[in-house]
Amino acid sequence: MEFWRLYRRNRSAVFGMIILLVVFLLAGSAALFFPDDPFSLAGKPMSAPGENGFSLGSDTLGRDVAAGIAHGARTSLMIGGLATAVAVLLGVMLGGLAGYFGGWIDDVLMRVTEIFQTIPSFIFAILIVAIIKPSINSIIIAIAVVSWPAVARLVRGEFISLRNREFVQACHIVGMGDVRIMLREILPNCLSPIIVAGSLMVATAILIESGLSFLGLGDPNIISWGFQIGAGRTVLRSAWWVCTFPGIAILLTVLAINLVGEGLNDALNPRLRDHK
Amino acid sequence: MSLAATRVRYVLKRLIQSIPVVIAILVINFFLLHMAEGDAADVLAGEAGSATPEYMEQLREKFGLDKPLPVQLAVYLKNVLSFDLGYSFRHGMPVIDLVMDRFVPTLLLMVSTIVIAVGLGIVLGLIAASGLNTWRDNLISVFALITYATPLFWIGLMMIVLFSLELGWFPTSGMENVAAFYEGWDRVKDIAHHLVMPTVTLSLFYLALYTRLMRASMLEQAGMDYVITARAKGLTERRIVFVHILRNALLPVVTMAGVQVGALIGGSVIVESVFAWPGLGMLAYEALFARDLNLLLGIFLLCALLVVAINLVVDVIYSFLDPRIEVG
Repeated sequence: MEFWRLYRRNRSAVFGMIILLVVFLLAGSAALFFPDDPFSLAGKPMSAPGENGFSLGSDTLGRDVAAGIAHGARTSLMIGGLATAVAVLLGVMLGGLAGYFGGWIDDVLMRVTEIFQTIPSFIFAILIVAIIKPSINSIIIAIAVVSWPAVARLVRGEFISLRNREFVQACHIVGMGDVRIMLREILPNCLSPIIVAGSLMVATAILIESGLSFLGLGDPNIISWGFQIGAGRTVLRSAWWVCTFPGIAILLTVLAINLVGEGLNDALNPRLRDHK
Repeated sequence: MSLAATRVRYVLKRLIQSIPVVIAILVINFFLLHMAEGDAADVLAGEAGSATPEYMEQLREKFGLDKPLPVQLAVYLKNVLSFDLGYSFRHGMPVIDLVMDRFVPTLLLMVSTIVIAVGLGIVLGLIAASGLNTWRDNLISVFALITYATPLFWIGLMMIVLFSLELGWFPTSGMENVAAFYEGWDRVKDIAHHLVMPTVTLSLFYLALYTRLMRASMLEQAGMDYVITARAKGLTERRIVFVHILRNALLPVVTMAGVQVGALIGGSVIVESVFAWPGLGMLAYEALFARDLNLLLGIFLLCALLVVAINLVVDVIYSFLDPRIEVG
């Protein structure tokens, strides 16, 4: 409970966690409150919020905006989470190897990382999705490919600072293998910064996903907030609600994750806290 | 060795360092092109309506698509080095011509965005840092937090609803009113009028970034020994902040401005497609819809090279601003 006591000191982080819980609840209960396919035509097209039984209105084809937002929450959280998981896995692997072994392995891996950091990431993501064909998998791959370098750099730094500590030298002396030292001894000691970076990355991943599906690169079978906004932009003049509400959903979710990330940072890195 | 010679050597060294990066980008580009389903022969045959297998073979031979992969890569590198980025079958034009046509509007948008985001970010960061934990600081922090979390395309659309449709202050899209045939000064004013909303939209995200950075940087510098020295000398607080701290606090902001250029290009794809600004981003959006991968890859390549070039320039500027930077 020490963690919770530290986390609670950051008010806005608690606020962020509450919003995030609401988003999770929304995602979890989407099928309960809106059992129909969010792509299905639920009623009169272009109904204003409150009209014809649509709490947040309907779009050009009569799809329920509220249902789209509820089901879209699942898409955003799932893609944000999975893409971050893949990116963190990749980043930890490459960064860990570079930091632990140093030498030419470090040189080569860091060069590769630099190249990936130089490439304009959003256009790169667009290209990857366009070439593999838009689907959940290609979106996750694209986001992971443009996000891992930051993790790799972070993990490399941590591994470099830990690899010559006494406890690691002791492991070498008792004859532990490299893989075991990396995974069982060093990695657990640098989990906090990885968790913080990862949580902030989920927010970025959700923003990238919304941008991709806004441009029409979303999975055509799965509703998402970006897709809703993209579909509603043509009727901006006559039906402002189609674009407005999904955008607020993205804003609140990303804001909440950023706040939680900062709260985690404060709670997990007590050394940094006093510098603020 | 003289100082000037060290500088020249530093610039040369950075130039040589960026060569492998450029080659890597070209190779990545080539493999992406190769991974794409269907090659130029398929596209041409598709445009023609139908094609016999023999004709397809002929086409592949003509484009060198029947050669082994390394040979194709070499040919590709040679083409790119002679500014040949392939042919856009949709537009019926070489990719390089299309891309160059659209380069200037994007540059205009990016430069105005950088000026506003960096300039205003520095000012806001300065205000926030000088009134630490007052309502001004809190307001600026909340503003930065919110703009940091908002998707650019949504800000753009909401600005269109408010400022174009409701208030009628700014045009919804395009770069100029073509039907009006403005010339000279009037045309400049017309373009500037169209530029306002795309620039503000694209600036907001980076404004948040620079504001936070500037605030943190000012606070970090304020704790340095030289500030205590300055205070002990009896300098006024105003002079300490504006002459001593500000200069040093600007350095990380300059670095960040260089690092963020890649992200800025990505943002301009979104903003340009929202406001129909006729730049590279809009071209990329059109290429996406027309499944014109040749064109998309050409845009990607140009953007990547632009980032490398800008990073190089920023590094060199930085080495002039901060003499402590190791130039040897």
